[in-house]
Amino acid sequence: MKVLKIATAGSVDDGKSTLIGRILYDTKSLTDDKLEAIEEKSRQRGFDYLDFSLATDGLVAEREQGITIDVAHIYFSTPSKSFIIADTPGHIEYTRNMVTGASTAQASIVLIDARNGVIEQTYRHFFINNLLRIKDVVIAINKMDLVDFSEEKYNTIKNEIEYLASKSEYKGQNLTFIPMSALQGDNVVHKSENTPWYKGETLMHHLEKLEPEDINDTSQTRFPVQTVIRPKTEEYHDFRGYAGKIYGGDLEIGDEVAVLPSQTKSRIKSINFFDKEYARVKRGSSVTITLEDNVNVSRGDMLVKVDEQPTIAKQLDATICWMDKEPLKASQKYYIKHGVNDAQAKITQLSSLIKTDFSGIEENPSELVLNQIGDIQLKLSKPLAFDAYKNNKSNGSFILINPKTNNTVGVGFIK
Amino acid sequence: MNQRTIQVDALESEAIYIFREVVAQFEKPVLLFSGGKDSITLVRLAQKAFYPAKIPFPLMHIDTGHNFPETIEFRDRLAKELGVELIVRDVQDNIDSGRVKEETGRYASRNMLQTETLLDAIEEFGFDACIGGARRDEEKARAKERIFSVRDDFGQWDEKNQRPEVFDMLNGRIDLGQNVRVFPISNWTELDVWSYIEQEKIEIPSIYFAHKRKIFVRDGMIWSADDEVVYRDEEEVVEERMVRFRTVGDMSCTAAVLSDAVDISKVVEEIRDSSISERGARIDDKRSEAAMEKRKQQGYF
Repeated sequence: MKVLKIATAGSVDDGKSTLIGRILYDTKSLTDDKLEAIEEKSRQRGFDYLDFSLATDGLVAEREQGITIDVAHIYFSTPSKSFIIADTPGHIEYTRNMVTGASTAQASIVLIDARNGVIEQTYRHFFINNLLRIKDVVIAINKMDLVDFSEEKYNTIKNEIEYLASKSEYKGQNLTFIPMSALQGDNVVHKSENTPWYKGETLMHHLEKLEPEDINDTSQTRFPVQTVIRPKTEEYHDFRGYAGKIYGGDLEIGDEVAVLPSQTKSRIKSINFFDKEYARVKRGSSVTITLEDNVNVSRGDMLVKVDEQPTIAKQLDATICWMDKEPLKASQKYYIKHGVNDAQAKITQLSSLIKTDFSGIEENPSELVLNQIGDIQLKLSKPLAFDAYKNNKSNGSFILINPKTNNTVGVGFIK
Repeated sequence: MNQRTIQVDALESEAIYIFREVVAQFEKPVLLFSGGKDSITLVRLAQKAFYPAKIPFPLMHIDTGHNFPETIEFRDRLAKELGVELIVRDVQDNIDSGRVKEETGRYASRNMLQTETLLDAIEEFGFDACIGGARRDEEKARAKERIFSVRDDFGQWDEKNQRPEVFDMLNGRIDLGQNVRVFPISNWTELDVWSYIEQEKIEIPSIYFAHKRKIFVRDGMIWSADDEVVYRDEEEVVEERMVRFRTVGDMSCTAAVLSDAVDISKVVEEIRDSSISERGARIDDKRSEAAMEKRKQQGYF
């Protein structure tokens, strides 16, 4: 069955966890034992209604504070497809977790509290959705019950977001606006009688219609080699297979390929998956490939079609989202992980801090602190074969790792 | 020459990718094998990831001594067929030496005691990556777990400070003394696992299928009365029913469900229509709302 990955975003108390709980409840995805647990906990805490956020806030600290700290992944199915929802935190200090949850999502739901309208966090979430180039974005205007299901409120918010979208660099986005009350269930799964002026679909109807697809648009074929398989058995004495996952496009036996960065040329001899061989492999597949010639290929090398070459360089320009308490500063050194390839990287330039409220940039800032986004230039210890993020998401992104702590401290989008 | 095109399913492809990252990034990985359906699925995925080479790491079972005999027999046979090293470490050893104290009474279980034995084994062999079959859909603390989850010397999970995992890049850099728990089927649901077992025709222990068993009912849950291991009050009545197990953990904390599903296609059908979650039959999760999170902080799998 096909899987649709969705991320949620919204400020604290906009009701993300409640919305997910509501979806699970109305699609009958909560099993009896889980539902009973929610009913009992809600009663214990003296709530008047079922607190659906109890279904997803899995950490003690989260339930104590009534907020979501880390991404939770929620799984449910309807007869037509499976869904994975990344329930991401709304707090500003957990923005990095939002990026984590949204990076592999095909669609995103941005919640807005109808009473408060578009606030700073909305700008930030909308900005990150654009930076990640998430294709389908639903603006869920929530808590409509608290503004008497006012069409005027709805339109004000819609106009503001449309204005933001017009200023955004990424134009490929499909925006959908839905007025709802997650708490009471209006327009989540069931159409609301309280919004006769709203002619659109419910949230679930909309999500049901989206066709699950690879977040990487079809582009040029990239095959980063994860590991070399050498069985060293009598039967497979000379077997030398390159194991990896194929991105962007397809490969076929006989295709002429270049091994990057060395540029050695060869042809695809076989495509193996478990104990069978195939003539062709589609993108998204983890397979093992053998080549006609005995060339030197190791982890981190990349196979591409000879006429589809990426950029090979020892420096790159990127937009980076900073995820660490220790700020990013020019001239600092990090490890870079680009797909399955590792190198060392030095920040040669921190050229700008990008304001996530779409108000422009600040040039030559002294540092980027946690959750800030900016443009940088990197010098690399060895050449990497990369694409621009807008052309190939997997080959156009990287992470930076702090060599002292081993923590992942930033995610980069190559220009 | 064949003309076939291969499109590997997204979940399977992701799991294989993760296995290959483990082998490329770590020196001494191990697959934690319980004999349950999830770890059996892991074994098949590991086979696929490295074929035609053998699985390049050992399997390790932390044996509570309270496992279903069917599971143990199955475990030994599978390891032999694959030609993979099987390491077994017994919780009983720690009980005998007095390092851990066994619970007694009605809800006594050795499940918690596995943690200590696991941590000892990690230290004994110097494992830097432990691959496990946990899934995010099992339980809400598991839903927060990363695919590469870093643990310190004490096996502790720092749940509020997890490394961001973006796209499919997995950061396996650790300090000496740390290790990583790896969950290749994080994104699979219970139904995905069962469907995969059906599709791949993977053999699983017989207790997963409906069979006649002596049982007794307590607090609405069905317990096996076949073995000494499960505590039973005298007034609790034993009867014989058709049951099967949805998980095969320690016998003392794994309840059965009434079922007529005698083969894999009937099991898949049953799971699809089920209104009780998988871990609903695990008493160890029911002790408190935060039971799983607390165990994980202490190094539980």
